[in-house]
Amino acid sequence: MYKYDTYDQKMVDTRVEEFRDQVERRIAGKLTEDQFKPLRLMNGLYLQLHAYMLRVAIPYGTLNGTQMRTLAHIARKYDRDYAHFTTRQNIQYNWIKLEETPDLLAELASVEMHAIQTSGNCIRNISSDQYAGAAADEVTDPRPYAELLRQWSSFHPEFSFLPRKFKFAVIASDEDRAAMRLHDIGIQIVKDGWDKVGARFYAGGGMGRTPMIAPLIREFVPIGELVSYAEAILRVYNRYGRRDNKYKARIKILVHEMGAEKFIEEVEAEFVHLQGQNIDAPAAELERIIAHFEDPAYEVGLTEDIDRSDPDFAVWLDQNVSAHKQPGYAIATISLKPIGGIPGDASSAQMDLMADLTEQYSFDECRVTHSQNIVLPYVRKADLYALWQKLDEAGLASPNLDLISDIIACPGLDYCSLANARSIPLAQKIAKRFADIDRQKELGELKLKISGCINACGHHHAGHIGILGVDRKGTENYQLLLGGSGAEDVSLAKITGPGFTEDGIVDAIETVTDIYVASREDGERFVDTYRRLGMDPFKEALYG
Amino acid sequence: MDNILRFRDDEAREEPAVTLDSFFDQSNATAVRLEDGDDARQLIPYLNRLAMIEIGFSAFGDGRGYSAARILREHGYTGELRAQGDVLVDQLAYMRRCGFDSFAPERPIDTADAETALSRWEHVYQEAADDRKPIWSKRHG
Repeated sequence: MYKYDTYDQKMVDTRVEEFRDQVERRIAGKLTEDQFKPLRLMNGLYLQLHAYMLRVAIPYGTLNGTQMRTLAHIARKYDRDYAHFTTRQNIQYNWIKLEETPDLLAELASVEMHAIQTSGNCIRNISSDQYAGAAADEVTDPRPYAELLRQWSSFHPEFSFLPRKFKFAVIASDEDRAAMRLHDIGIQIVKDGWDKVGARFYAGGGMGRTPMIAPLIREFVPIGELVSYAEAILRVYNRYGRRDNKYKARIKILVHEMGAEKFIEEVEAEFVHLQGQNIDAPAAELERIIAHFEDPAYEVGLTEDIDRSDPDFAVWLDQNVSAHKQPGYAIATISLKPIGGIPGDASSAQMDLMADLTEQYSFDECRVTHSQNIVLPYVRKADLYALWQKLDEAGLASPNLDLISDIIACPGLDYCSLANARSIPLAQKIAKRFADIDRQKELGELKLKISGCINACGHHHAGHIGILGVDRKGTENYQLLLGGSGAEDVSLAKITGPGFTEDGIVDAIETVTDIYVASREDGERFVDTYRRLGMDPFKEALYG
Repeated sequence: MDNILRFRDDEAREEPAVTLDSFFDQSNATAVRLEDGDDARQLIPYLNRLAMIEIGFSAFGDGRGYSAARILREHGYTGELRAQGDVLVDQLAYMRRCGFDSFAPERPIDTADAETALSRWEHVYQEAADDRKPIWSKRHG
């Protein structure tokens, strides 16, 4: 994985000093809250319902054991002994004291981490495929390109006061595990007919109040011009993006209102101009970065055999372990979705254990997924049983990857000042209703996503089943959506009809899954049956 | 004006800046002011005869002026480029990188604070409108 050189280290250290100075000026009253707000936001510090929340960047979701252990230490020392992994592959702490944040950031910097641009109207942490480097279907590891963009976008002088936040995702396979086309810019690294690497650009996707799937903006950008093409898009957006209404300020609205064709014309003109401006780093810089992402020292001649005699292990193996490109190895997902738990939360002790396991079993590298789980990408098949035993002891062996209880949920009204409804207790109720693992497996792949307000942090538009919490005359009410997907079969979920109470929505989910089980054809997932049948039979059963 | 921070060696000229609209009517004006939403590209044919371009920031969160500044510099403008309005100390370094070389903040900026802010960053990650070398350039000579 990427390792800082003295330049990178100096940048994060300087940021710590700068933020320390800004906090001091705020505490001394030299900065008003209004003036301080964009500064702290650019450093991931939000003022939430009860306390400050700090979001720490995990670039493209990759971290090592030492970093994971530091995250555990921070939870213990500065927070309440736990933290929350987010849908942006980041981690956030919910109970932070303003005056302690400079020290906290200094601890992060000591392990090559930071909170730079994890919020604010700027280019945010860049997300990627959690199986990068290990997946059999990738053209190349997408992360070096994400790292190149990370450096370019850090402290970008022109793009730090954009109309609204700006999110990139970079993948390099046809299978999309990162909801790439639901980002402001989605990039798929591809190879052309002559084996040259390039970037396919999508722009103007997003969730929120007005969900949109990003249209294709350019089929192939030569890899040496990746950054200048991104810069061209950002400049067009910075100049023409709406600033009169924050709900219409994302690039998706600009692309939609301008029309993709006109937008592309503007971007191409800007791109031609920027070619003369020395924006792109030389090939040697990309090669330097790529060298950091070379394969780990795989052993050869390893056994492919796995002893399945422990039935509980076999269930986990079948559900949470994925194929690896390297013989003898597997990709293991640690579920942070125990039945009745808080999706994405991990205690300090669990993070410490995951740090140990990362070092012991996965070449000192793990990943955070946008579904709020943790991946060990390089596990020897022979080690899977020992790994599972340790996970099981710590309550980290839920065998529910991509099943109905593998729920994405935003923090909701329990933490968030924007929320209209609680998400976490609902996620817990649903998981309990479907707790029986045989029943979950019977329902198969079913992506359930819950947002506590229309800002859609819980990705409800992209759920096979989505739930949106709203405030209806002072009581929490939940709308049901069906048929979304954030994967390569990307689609936006549609609302079934009037909303439900908290208990009513759990019943409603049971109703629609019953329809699925009764109507499915061979091999169909829930979303496939929905797509074949359409909304009517589900609606009929719900409201009939 | 005493609260102007200026980073140029030439003598300050205090000819009042005209709006973009009146600039096109007055062929002899050498100072012009752009508002947040004005298109800086319209000035490209006239950059040689301009000595001062002022870009207004109605609110510090409106970042269009950063793009306007870079566009003007990228097209060869060498005269004074001034940021006026809601200009805060924590924005100065970014503004300098985008090509601004003078500042007329609505609320005066403490000179020592400005100096700290402008000297803080030893390195930068990207090419912009100033003459600083990006880190990738330092890495590869």
